[in-house]
Formats: sequence, C-alpha cells, structure tokens
Amino acid sequence: MRLSIHHRTAYRFSRPQDRLVQMLRMTPQNTHDQTVASWRIDIDCDAKLREGRDGWGNAVTMLYAEGPLTELEIAISGEVLTSHSNGVLHGMSEPLPPAVFLRSTEVTMPDPAIAVFAASTAGGRETLPALHRINAGLHERFTMDRSRPVAGLTAGDAFAAESATPRDLAHMFVVAARSLNVPARYVSGYSLLAGEHRPTPHGWAEAYLDRLGWVGFDPCSGLSPQEDYVRVAAALDAAGAAPVAGSRLGEGEERLDVDVTVAEA
Amino acid sequence: MGNQAFDEILGAGGGAPSRAELAALCNWIEATPREELRRRQHAAEATFRQLGITFAVYGESEASERIIPFDIVPRVFLHDEWARLSDGLIQRVEAINAFLDDIYGERRILKEGVLPEDLVLGNPQFRPEIAGMRPPHGVWAHICGIDLVRTGPDEFFVLEDNARTPSGVSYMLENREAMLRLCPELFREFRVAAVDSYPDRLLEVMKSVAPHGVSAPTCVVLTPGHYNSAYYEHSFLADSMGIELVEGADLVVDDDMVWMRTIAGRVKVDVIYRRVDDDYLDPLVFRPDSALGVPGLMAAYAAGNVAIMNAPGNGIADDKAIYSYMPEIVRFYSGGEAKLPNVETWRCREPDALKYTLDHLDEVVVKLVDGSGGYGMLVGPTASKAEIETFRAALIAEPHRYIAQPTLALSTVPTLADSGLAPRHVDFRPFVLTGSRGVQVVPGGLTRVALKEGSLVVNSSQGGGTKDSFVLMDNGPQQTQTMGQGQSQTMGGMTQAQGFAPMGPAA
Amino acid sequence: MLSRTASSLYWLGRYFERADFIARLVEATVRLDVLSPRPAGREAWVSALKVTDTEGDFDEVGAELKRSEVARFLTVDSAHPGSIVRCLDMARNNARAVRTALTREAWTAINRAWLIFEEKPAAADPTAVLNLVEAVKNETRGFEGAVHRMLRNQTTWFIRLGQAVERADNTARLLDVKYHILLPAGERIGGVVDRDQWTTILQTVSAVTAYRWLYSDGLKPASVIDLLIARAELPRSLAASVEETVDVLSMLAKRTGQHGEADRMARLRATRMGKTRSGEVIASGLHQFLQSFIQENALLHSAIGRQFKFG
Repeated sequence: MRLSIHHRTAYRFSRPQDRLVQMLRMTPQNTHDQTVASWRIDIDCDAKLREGRDGWGNAVTMLYAEGPLTELEIAISGEVLTSHSNGVLHGMSEPLPPAVFLRSTEVTMPDPAIAVFAASTAGGRETLPALHRINAGLHERFTMDRSRPVAGLTAGDAFAAESATPRDLAHMFVVAARSLNVPARYVSGYSLLAGEHRPTPHGWAEAYLDRLGWVGFDPCSGLSPQEDYVRVAAALDAAGAAPVAGSRLGEGEERLDVDVTVAEA
Repeated sequence: MGNQAFDEILGAGGGAPSRAELAALCNWIEATPREELRRRQHAAEATFRQLGITFAVYGESEASERIIPFDIVPRVFLHDEWARLSDGLIQRVEAINAFLDDIYGERRILKEGVLPEDLVLGNPQFRPEIAGMRPPHGVWAHICGIDLVRTGPDEFFVLEDNARTPSGVSYMLENREAMLRLCPELFREFRVAAVDSYPDRLLEVMKSVAPHGVSAPTCVVLTPGHYNSAYYEHSFLADSMGIELVEGADLVVDDDMVWMRTIAGRVKVDVIYRRVDDDYLDPLVFRPDSALGVPGLMAAYAAGNVAIMNAPGNGIADDKAIYSYMPEIVRFYSGGEAKLPNVETWRCREPDALKYTLDHLDEVVVKLVDGSGGYGMLVGPTASKAEIETFRAALIAEPHRYIAQPTLALSTVPTLADSGLAPRHVDFRPFVLTGSRGVQVVPGGLTRVALKEGSLVVNSSQGGGTKDSFVLMDNGPQQTQTMGQGQSQTMGGMTQAQGFAPMGPAA
Repeated sequence: MLSRTASSLYWLGRYFERADFIARLVEATVRLDVLSPRPAGREAWVSALKVTDTEGDFDEVGAELKRSEVARFLTVDSAHPGSIVRCLDMARNNARAVRTALTREAWTAINRAWLIFEEKPAAADPTAVLNLVEAVKNETRGFEGAVHRMLRNQTTWFIRLGQAVERADNTARLLDVKYHILLPAGERIGGVVDRDQWTTILQTVSAVTAYRWLYSDGLKPASVIDLLIARAELPRSLAASVEETVDVLSMLAKRTGQHGEADRMARLRATRMGKTRSGEVIASGLHQFLQSFIQENALLHSAIGRQFKFG
C-alpha cells in the first residue's frame, strides 16, 4: 500500500517568543514492511534542524529557532510504502532489551482494575491469544473518543470512563500487558483508518513475545496494525513517543493546532 | 559498641598507644591545652561562617544558615595504609566506569548473567533515555566519592559509592586551610600530602574529556542556583578553577551545540561539570517541568558536542540494589577480586539471605533498597520488639525491597567534646578523579564524625561534624624538624606527584 | 562575564542606590515635617510619595495620609515594592546570586543593611524613623566605600553603572516634584519661597555643605537647581551621574571590545548635558526638561539591557 501523509502542527503565541527548542519525533524509519519513499519536514521560519536518535531508538529532529516568533508551523508531508505483516515488527534495530518495557511511568502506573480485567480477559496461558483477547476486549468496552486527549490522564483513570481516546486505549493495553509481565510500549504513527483531518496522529501499542518479537495491537480497531499503518516512534508511554517535546523562552500563552490527513496515494 | 571500637590514633581499646607511628600526634593532643584546642576550633568555625561555608537548614529562614561543626583533631592515614586504599579505590572506580560503559552499551554483564536483568532494567536509576549515547572518551564517573568505614587497622569497607554529584570536597580543602593556619606545628611534625592541587587536577580532568577536536575547551560549573544547599561548594570550585559558574538559564543549545550567554555575546561551552541531577538536566528528555535545566542539552550530548560530568545515567552505578553486586562487578571487569570489600550484605530477594536476616533481626541493619536518608531502616540492636516485628512482616511481604547488613563497630578518632577529648565514630569519603588519561586518588578526603557519644550517624543534618584527613607521605614523624624545611615540604609541589600516582587508563 | 551576572550586579547597584535615596528622602522629610521651626505637615509627606512615584500604591493600602503611615510605608512595609526593606531585599538577592564576585566587605555591607530590618524595627515616631534611616545610611556608605576598594573590573563597573542610572533618575524626580510644590501657581523662580523646603532638597542629596562652598550668595532656588543639574562636582547631580554613566560604559567597552547603542546614547546625552545651562532650563521649562530627562534615562536603561544581553 502507498500511503500519503500530511501532518501540520501550528503554534500561535500570545506574546513573541525569544527562542524555541523542540525535539521532533516525526520521522518514520524503514522496516521490513515499511519503506519511506519520501519525507520532508518544513518549518515556516528560519530554523536549524539537526537529525539524531533518542535512547529508545527513535529518529529525532532537533529544531532551533530564534525569535521573535509569534507563530510556528511544522508541516510534514511524505509517502510510505507498506506491506502486510500481521502486526509483527521486523527489521527495526532495538537499542534496548524488552525487559525495559516492563517499567511503568506516571500515566502507566499499575492499576488494580486493569490488572483484574487483564487477568480475566487473558483466558489461557498462551500469551499471543491472551493479548489479542485483551486488545479486542478494550475495543468492545469503550466507545471511541476522537477529540484531543487530556494531558496527564492516567490509564487507570481512563479505564474508569466509558469512552476513550486512542492514546488512552493504548495506555490501558500497555498497563494490562505489563500486569501479565509482558513488556509493552506505546507507539505513535499514522493510520489510514483514522481518516482525514484528525486533531492528532494515531497511537497504539506493541507487546513483546519471546518467539515473535514486538507485535502491534491497536485497541481502537481491536486488531493488529496492518499495511494501512505507518509506525513513527515508540516509548514507555505517549509522552515519551510524542511528536513534539518543546521548550520556549518567552512569556504568554500558546495555542496548538494540529491537522493530520492520511490517504491512499 | 563504643568500647570495642578501634581507635585510629590510640589503637585498640585505648590505654598505651599501640600505634607507635602516631605517638607524636598523641603527644600533641596531650601537650596542647584543651582551652587552646577549643580556641583554635572556634577560630576555624568563625572563618567558615565568614566565608559562608554554610548549608541551609530546611524550614529555617535564610539568616539561620548553619556551618558544619569542625573538629580540630585530625584523622591520619599512614603512607602504606593509603597506598593500599588507593589501589582499592582505583580498582573500584575503574570498574564503575567500565560497568556504566557496558550497561548503556553492549550490556555484556547482563548477557553473561552476572547481574539479574530486572535489577538493572527495571531500576529507576537506569536511564533508557540515554541508551546508546556514549560520553566523550568513554569516561562516565569523572568524580567519585567512595564512602568508607573502618573497623580495624587493615579493615576498610565500602559503605556506599557516589558516582553522581558527590559533594564535600570544599570541606576537604577548607579544613586543610584551617589546619595549616591554626596548627602549623602538626605539619612540621608530619609530612602531610597536600590537597590544594585538587582544583587544578579537576580542571585538567575537565579539559581531558572535552569533545574530540576541541583544542582549548571552555569549561563551566553548572549549579541549580544560590538557593541550593551546596551552592558554596559550586562557587568555590568554579572560582578556584577560574571558570564560570553558570545556571541553566545562562546556557542555550543551538544547532546541537551548547553556548553560554555573556555580555559580549555567546561563547561555546565544551565541558560542563554539573551539580544538577539528571532529572533536571534537560526538560525535553527528562522531567518536562524542570526550570533548572537546558532544553536541548541531551541532543548536544548525544551529538558528541559537549562533555557532561558526571555523565547522565550514572545513578545505576551507585544504586543501593546494585551495591551488593559490586564485588561481582569488580571481578567481572577487572578480572580480579575486589581489593576494597563491601560491607557484607544479605540480599533478601535471595531465600537463604532472607532466612538469615529473619533469624538475626536483632543484630543486623535492614535497609530499603530504594530508600534514602535513613528512612525505612531498622537498626536491630537498638530497635524495639515492635519495630522488629513490623520489619519481619514487611520483609516477608516484599523481600526484594530489602537488604541487610551487620552492625559495624566503626572506628573512632579522639574528638573535642564538651567534656574534653573523647572517642567519636568516623567515616571517610575520598575523592577519585577519572579523566581521559586515567584514574587518580586525591591524598585526603572528607572525614565525617558523629559528635554525639556512641552515635554512628555522621550526617551533618543529624549532629555530624568534619575533621581534616591527613595522608602521610611516609610512615612516621619527620626526622628533621626544622621549621623551614617542614613548611616547604608540606606546601611545596613535590607532595603532589606522590599523592596523584598516575595510573593506566580506565578499562 | 555572564549576562546574568552582569544583570545581577547592575540591579544590585540600582536597588542599593534606591534604598539609600529613600532613606535620605525620608530623613529630610521628617526634618522638614517636625524638626524645622515651621513644621510642614501632611504636604511634606505627600511630596515624598510623589518623588518616589508611589502615591497610587499608597492609596491602595488605604492608610491615612499622615506621617507615621507614610514613613512606615516607605521604610519597613515589606508589602510595598518601593520600601527600603524591599529594595534591600532585592539588592541582597542579586548580591547572593553573584556572591563570589563581591568582596567580603561589600557583601557584609549589603547583608548588614538587610539585617537591620530582620529585627522588625519600629517606624512609629520621628526618632525611631531617624534612627532607622541613619542605620541604613551607615551601611550604604560602607558599601560605597567597599565598591571603591574593589578591583577596577567589570564587577565594579556594572554595580556603578546601576548606581549611576538610578541616581540620575532619583535626583531628577526629587527636583521635579519639590519644584512643583514649592512654586505656587503664578509664582516665578526667584520669588519668595520656603527656605526650609529648599534645604530639604539639599539634605536629600547630601549637598548642604557643597552648596555653601559653591554658591556664596545665600540660598536661592536658581542656584539649587543649577547645583543639582549642571554641577558635576556634586556626585548626585544630573551632570555627575551622566558623566559617570559614560565613564563606566567606556571602561566596559574597552574590556569587551564592543561598542553598542547604550554607549552612543550615553555619550550623546553627556554632550548635550555639557551644553546645558540651568538658567535656560528654568526659562524654557524645568518640568519638561526633567520629564524628558527621566524618559531618556529609562531608554538608556533598556539599551544597557539589550547591549549586555540581560535578557
């Protein structure tokens, strides 16, 4: 499949900013089933961009811009060729051993309710079917909330609600998998399913299985990601894999506007 | 326990001085009137107060900054003792550096099963954010403070490794200054290795680890600011090295390079001695709410454009849970047995150790591996029945969170107490420097003393004080005791070559 | 030098100078109000508020406009950013941040001035107020001496730069306000004015003796104005502050090898000041002159911040 992606991130500041330093995790990497045909990051002001890699192995771009800046737009456009993988990740270089992904973070703290749900949904002792059942179970349990996720919402709190955003569903999956001692992580990227003009990129989860390696699970669909997904970054939680980690020098408020469109090219 | 303790100056049990080498010091202690000792001690403390060598006491206003009490009677290491200690310290610090390089790189030590994987990978002190990043020249722990205790003439144990931002070196230097001024006769009597070259040595280390290709590196000290309790030390070190003391807001990262903001414009920074914790270094990578850090610093570090000392991620090397494996870690990287032993430690996650601990709760000290500052600690010999039973239950419920150690009879040194000279328990923190050209031990260190009778707690917040620590350049008093000669030998540069034995590069 | 360090030193200079000025102003006002043969009463305190530009702030406190309240407001009121205690607090904070750049003597003077207020001194009766400001003045004199005994380097220059800019502002305000009060509508310069009031001005800028030395023909408003504006011999005159600013900036420029907009602005101002005759100023409007001086001084302050990247 050939997917075309447009991802626009616009900041507006109520007061001019002296400097901006941002770390962008916005560049997909090539894997066996994902080939980046073209990819560009355009910034609407004079900015220096530097490529690098973070500890998780994600491709990062440092953005340095001098003010005064009242707005900043990051426009991403690219095309990615994908093939069918059954959700199994092949050909990614992993700098960290899977056991690291048993750790929790503030938003993915172990949660008794999720642990009970995981244990009761898992069924048999085979891990892969258990994870699929948890994935499907989460999908059935929640109605989809397509608005922007609430910053800092924990998986445990999200689990108590009736609807959930893709990010929160992925967090719940991660917490559930870890409660079964399965390493799991959050993945950010794009999905054709999500469609046009979404307010955020997509997010799902990956879990590590001894024989298969990292396998994707998307509780939004209840299935594993297929060739209509483009994988960009992974970390312990959504904040760690977020497209932008930023810092600005200057007073005032900021307004963020995001528009994501994924289409078949 | 105070009765059985080894006294480092009087020898075992007191009475006749069994440590003949230090007879001259005993004589000095005897011959100097108590009032004179007390006068000198007060003079030293008055100087410290004027210099502002203070620490802030939590909950009190700025006006009530306190100094750490200073004791006028020095603690002395004989030349041979020190040589053995230095060997052990160098071996340990080389192992710490090798361990850090491995654990954030290949992780051979995990693959070979020397350490339990979850102990490292699940440890909050292991920082996945920096995996794969390697500091310039592969040096991680540039400045280590290794806390030691002593129980006998040749029995030293490592109590704790400090591989993050060990503090206290300003006390080592200021205490020596005070002793030279107030007790010059001691330096005529003994050939004491000088410590005053420490700032020069530190600056040399800083320059030696600058990124490749930088010929005249700009070095800075990064402080959280003047509200930090160790600010005096930060400014003292920057001043004595002649480099800038910067705060996070003074630095900017641009184009993956670090710059400091000066009145004449930006100046590129190559080496940062930071006294800011990992969590606060860079809000883009660690705590996003940190206002102390420098956004983009880790990107500059990852790009190899700046050296940060000590390196980010070092906390895994001095973690309490890792501590008990230090003998194995030293063996793994050095190929030999650790020359400086650990305090015997029972890891309660291991069933045999748990059983032993539960059977001896009234004898041992039990510690939480993730606790600090004496929280979650049981001191068996002084604990009540109820406390012991509480810990028994906790140990059975979560054994992996605890370690146990024997209660040690810490050595004592005569100390000027209200009632006169009396033995008080001490510990010791020597400072070990690692640059791209090897490891060196500064011939001295920080002796902390528990001023309360019988107390084993040397923390400054709980009634601890400090002493000067003499390292002798030979094993006895000087043969020639003319004043001029004694002075020049003490103050001159020749002591430094002896004290800083150049060693091979770190493994 | 780090921009932050330079900024702290500059602000240390400004705040310490301001504390000193307020102390002098309060002292002179107390004398005028109760110690002079013809007490001035409420008006004297109103004018003290006007000089420090804090009438509005005082209104918000809601206290009665009388000696004890205004004196308290200007000296020990820690809720009022323009009080002596707050100025000293700010000065000390800035000094702490650059502590190692200062000599022990300079730090001690700042710290001791600050400690005066730690004991919550009274500011109720005139004697207590005078004791308090006398204590503050003692320490500010000590600081002044300490700064002059420090190495002639950037540290000293940034402190002195802050002091010079602050002093220029303070003297201009003092003259502007007092002049207004002293000159009833329709009155011309040189008319009958209150001798005590003019003495107050001279006291505030420590110029009573200097005046006698420089002007032999008794106390005349035009001469007081001349002294405070145009006589560089008087350290607190506008002319002296303007000169000091140029001198310090050029020493800094020599060190950094860079000239900037603050240098240009300061030199331009000094050239103009050199040609200024107080008689002409009075004839063409003292108030306008002082107002535009204060504005220009504020612009220079901003230019200094930009030139040395205080940020």
